[in-house]
Amino acid sequence: MRGFSYLRPGSPDEAREAARDPSAAFLAGGTTLLDLAKCGVAEPERVVDITHLSGLATITVGDDRITLGALATMSRVADEADIRTHCPAVAEALSQAASAQIRNMATIGGNLMQRTRCAYFRDPATFPACNKRAPGSGCAAIGGAVRNHAVLGVSESCIATYPGDLATALVAFDAVVHVGERRIAADDFFLLPGATPDREHPLEPGEMITAIAIPASPAARRSTYLKIRDRQSYEFAAASAAVGLELAADGRTIRDLRVALGGVATKPWRARGVEDALRGKIFEPETVKRASLAAMEGAVDHGANRFKIDLAPRVVARAILTLGGLA
Amino acid sequence: MTQPITLTLDINGRTRTVALEPRVTLLDALRDHLALNGTKKGCDQGQCGACTVHVDGARVLACLTLAAQVEGRQITTIEGLAGADGGVHPVQTAFLERDAFQCGYCTPGQIMSAVACIREGHAGSDAEIREYMSGNLCRCGAYPHIVAAVRDVAGAAS
Repeated sequence: MRGFSYLRPGSPDEAREAARDPSAAFLAGGTTLLDLAKCGVAEPERVVDITHLSGLATITVGDDRITLGALATMSRVADEADIRTHCPAVAEALSQAASAQIRNMATIGGNLMQRTRCAYFRDPATFPACNKRAPGSGCAAIGGAVRNHAVLGVSESCIATYPGDLATALVAFDAVVHVGERRIAADDFFLLPGATPDREHPLEPGEMITAIAIPASPAARRSTYLKIRDRQSYEFAAASAAVGLELAADGRTIRDLRVALGGVATKPWRARGVEDALRGKIFEPETVKRASLAAMEGAVDHGANRFKIDLAPRVVARAILTLGGLA
Repeated sequence: MTQPITLTLDINGRTRTVALEPRVTLLDALRDHLALNGTKKGCDQGQCGACTVHVDGARVLACLTLAAQVEGRQITTIEGLAGADGGVHPVQTAFLERDAFQCGYCTPGQIMSAVACIREGHAGSDAEIREYMSGNLCRCGAYPHIVAAVRDVAGAAS
């Protein structure tokens, strides 16, 4: 790990000022930044430790929204009983992520800033080519071992999978990222790689996530997060789905449905095709299974990751059917 | 190379002052500068749990924590688990009784994680113990005995 200077600002404004230089990095839980610094991927010259700032870790559950302070840890949010009631998908996504230790360290704001687990991205010494790390250098993953790479939202520049669980749930329920006074829809907070995979978020240097708000909705109250992976715990998703369901008064017509996918795309992936295909329809297994195939519209595989195209719609269908009591 | 900074750390109830480069992790501070070698370095990448310590009572990975970050926090390592009389902790006793290790390298981390797991209330069943201990890998595969040791102490506590 390269050397850096260390600052512990006394206020958010001081923190923003200290991180305005592009060579500076905010340090919260450290689970991404220090990991990537050890890999030689992150090389900050100045680390701005925001973990001692007060007032940024508050969790409030109101009638119209849940607000999570950026410095609340993953474990605290996952264990909050009100969140399990108002948006179980968020609590389930968090408690199935990483390990108990990492959930105690990692913050909600930092969670949004976690970076891909693409093995080529993480190993600059062996694989100099990576458009995300070094724009224009190429992509070592394309043509390489791609079992865990994305099939949705890929470009010729990058096929790295977005690895997170929480953001998948946030995107499904129209969460809003607070960056000081700025408001960014969760879906817009994550950028497609396109020709600039190095740019992952619409943030300028010095901008700091302060909170995340999740609007209350009947679909959020009746929601779940289903994560399928190669081992049962402490593993990233092979495919996952955050799903919310609201049935009409007749108990069988789908009034509202939210679907987002994890582990298969270059960003948390809202599957509006599935939502549109099922809204207004009768809740019935065959209809759900058929509509779930729409989740893979536009999917492109690179060989070993083809299985995700079969797996993801099944994950979506099972999650929806589970919510409706039919799986 | 950046200039060392002077840090005051609260480790196992003792105040320790040490001058370190800002990039030094809590793990390296413990092992290389404070002669507390009980905390082990396995992967040094946040993947194996061998370096698990408690910060303000919560289990964390010392390899992904900067020493500078935990100034003002209470740090507990495996060396700090012993009671006032110097006797071993009940979880340590359970690990001995259940033979919950083979080579022993992951054991300090397993024990620190187990103490927290039980205190958090996440040791209610074997399945729950396995889930909440999943951040601690054991390459010898002593998992069934580790689960048994955690279950013994959790059961006795409830």
